[in-house]
Amino acid sequence: MATLFDKLWGMHRVADAGDGYDLLAVDRLLLHERTGGVALKSLEEQDLPVVHAARCFTFMDHIVSFRAGRARNEARSPGGETFILETRRLSADAGIRIIDTDSPDQGIVHVAGPELGIVLPGFTVMCPDSHTCSLGALGALAWGIGSSEAEHILATGTIRARKPRQMRIRVTGELRAGVTAKDLALFLIARHGAQGGNRCAIEFCGSAVDALSMEGRLTLCNMAVEFAAYTALIAPDERTLDFVRGRQLSPAGEGLLEAESHWRTLSTDAGAVFDTEITLDAGTVTPQVSWGTSPEETIALDACVPEGSNVRALSYMGLDSGQRLEGLTIQGAFIGSCTNGRLSDLKMAADQLRGKKIAAGVRGVCVPGSQGVKREAEKLALDQIFIEAGFEWGEPGCAMCFYAGGETFPSGARVLSSTNRNFEGRQGPGVRTHLSNPAVVAASAVAGYITMPQPAQPLGETA
Amino acid sequence: MAEPLVTHSGLAGALMIDNVDTDQIIPSREMRTVSREGLADGLFAGWRYESPGSRTLRADFVLNRHPPASILISGHNFGCGSSREHAVWALAEFGIRVIIAKSFGEIFHGNCYRNGVLPVTLPAEDVDRLASSCDGQVIDVDVRAQTVSARALPGWTGAFAIGAYSKRLISEGLDPIRLTLKEAGAIAGFLERDRIDRPWVYN
Repeated sequence: MATLFDKLWGMHRVADAGDGYDLLAVDRLLLHERTGGVALKSLEEQDLPVVHAARCFTFMDHIVSFRAGRARNEARSPGGETFILETRRLSADAGIRIIDTDSPDQGIVHVAGPELGIVLPGFTVMCPDSHTCSLGALGALAWGIGSSEAEHILATGTIRARKPRQMRIRVTGELRAGVTAKDLALFLIARHGAQGGNRCAIEFCGSAVDALSMEGRLTLCNMAVEFAAYTALIAPDERTLDFVRGRQLSPAGEGLLEAESHWRTLSTDAGAVFDTEITLDAGTVTPQVSWGTSPEETIALDACVPEGSNVRALSYMGLDSGQRLEGLTIQGAFIGSCTNGRLSDLKMAADQLRGKKIAAGVRGVCVPGSQGVKREAEKLALDQIFIEAGFEWGEPGCAMCFYAGGETFPSGARVLSSTNRNFEGRQGPGVRTHLSNPAVVAASAVAGYITMPQPAQPLGETA
Repeated sequence: MAEPLVTHSGLAGALMIDNVDTDQIIPSREMRTVSREGLADGLFAGWRYESPGSRTLRADFVLNRHPPASILISGHNFGCGSSREHAVWALAEFGIRVIIAKSFGEIFHGNCYRNGVLPVTLPAEDVDRLASSCDGQVIDVDVRAQTVSARALPGWTGAFAIGAYSKRLISEGLDPIRLTLKEAGAIAGFLERDRIDRPWVYN
């Protein structure tokens, strides 16, 4: 009786590394310019070669400009181009494929990686980025690492790891209309705390998870790191296989059939035991909005900030205990990121914006998660809806999910954001970030204050 | 390679906030070059300086004391958030050798051992006690004995857990890459078998 996590771990175990550690083979190493360059540079300084460059990929996403019509080396923060230039040179020298700023494949690593078929079910995928857990949505063993660990993978093709404890989160029932994977993730974190995942590898399952689109699953797994999970995982099903089929780097022909028959075996045995189990009724989840400076400081959109809340967070956010979030005036709205920068996210936001204008005094920015998402959105003329509503329509990248210097929302601005972190200063010094799903961001941008979205129209997707 | 740490005695500073994330430890705007160095100046920049971009020290911030602390005491989930190893590099360069907290962010925790910074998890009540009794006082940490003691708390000793591998990383300054390269035979054998079992991984 083994869990899916056990099976994937066993399948990649090269050797006992001693002291309770295993040496695991790494199928894909993904790098980005912000933390990947430093790993390559350190390796170069030690004169150590990259052993499996063909299974490594460099993405340009973190620091690239999101300005429409950006130049090839244009960064979104002063001096940021050095990360683009150095990482490009180091990757090229190592023979690593670069999904560069001007590539039609460019995008946020966790958005573009699955789109390109770089990440496939059953793979071990490592990336010096904490949101690598997103990729568990495909049934991959994926987690974020430090730059030193990335260096170790580059030099050896393996990672030293100690098997974490395991948790199963079963989400029963179904999500109500207008409630998304983002709300489910925020609800879970609010209920069990930012440490609720307790460094466990989490397998999400249950009817509400089965019903999620792949994009919704990526969103749910993305937020696992905000739950202090080691990583998250969803067993691949036919929806996963449909998603993977026909991608640029997915296997084809005979190879695909062989891979698919393997992928269909990837599931947790009935009777396998987890260290912890949580069950959640999806029907109890409503649209969520964070009020504080940790993702756990989240409440239902129509609820009041709890009495006795963390004073430091209240002060930073300019709020009082007992205050309602609904109706709070906002100055900013951001839609994008590895959490909610995919096509279904843009569609649900566009549903709220169609034929409307955002309120005076609100700066709205939408940055598709990848060139692929951007192209698809433009085919559907979603860009026109955003632009006519008064949103900026940016070039793909992490954009305003995190501040890296340069221009941003002003200090004290209240911003509704479809991203993953509401930390102090995350979107700029003094900026007050409220996390929510993209429909809430869009509807609130139109209203000029935090408000419940209109019921979804036929084009919208609930996940 | 980081300087090995076997025992450490140093001044403690208490930063009793839960969920101190790596964006606070080293704000992204302070990461200016593709390098592990030059980060100490940006350590806790948002909290340590009067205003963003300024370098005027805030008198009330724990790391602005003289002489500076080398042991940081904090709450739950220290180092959560971004995987940026720059957070540990900045702490190490500033001179922090030990962090005593109620719990740690997972990736940050792993990054610490590789960079000569010891993460010590103690029960919440012990951490609170250390914070109230030993802020600005000397704390002694012994990696081999896995203990923490404090001169301000005579008779008290806190025991902490540390894996054998992590212990070697921090106390011997082990080089994991060279250690793993000794397994070249096992790795090659694995890859040979795996290419047959899962050819699509290697195409």
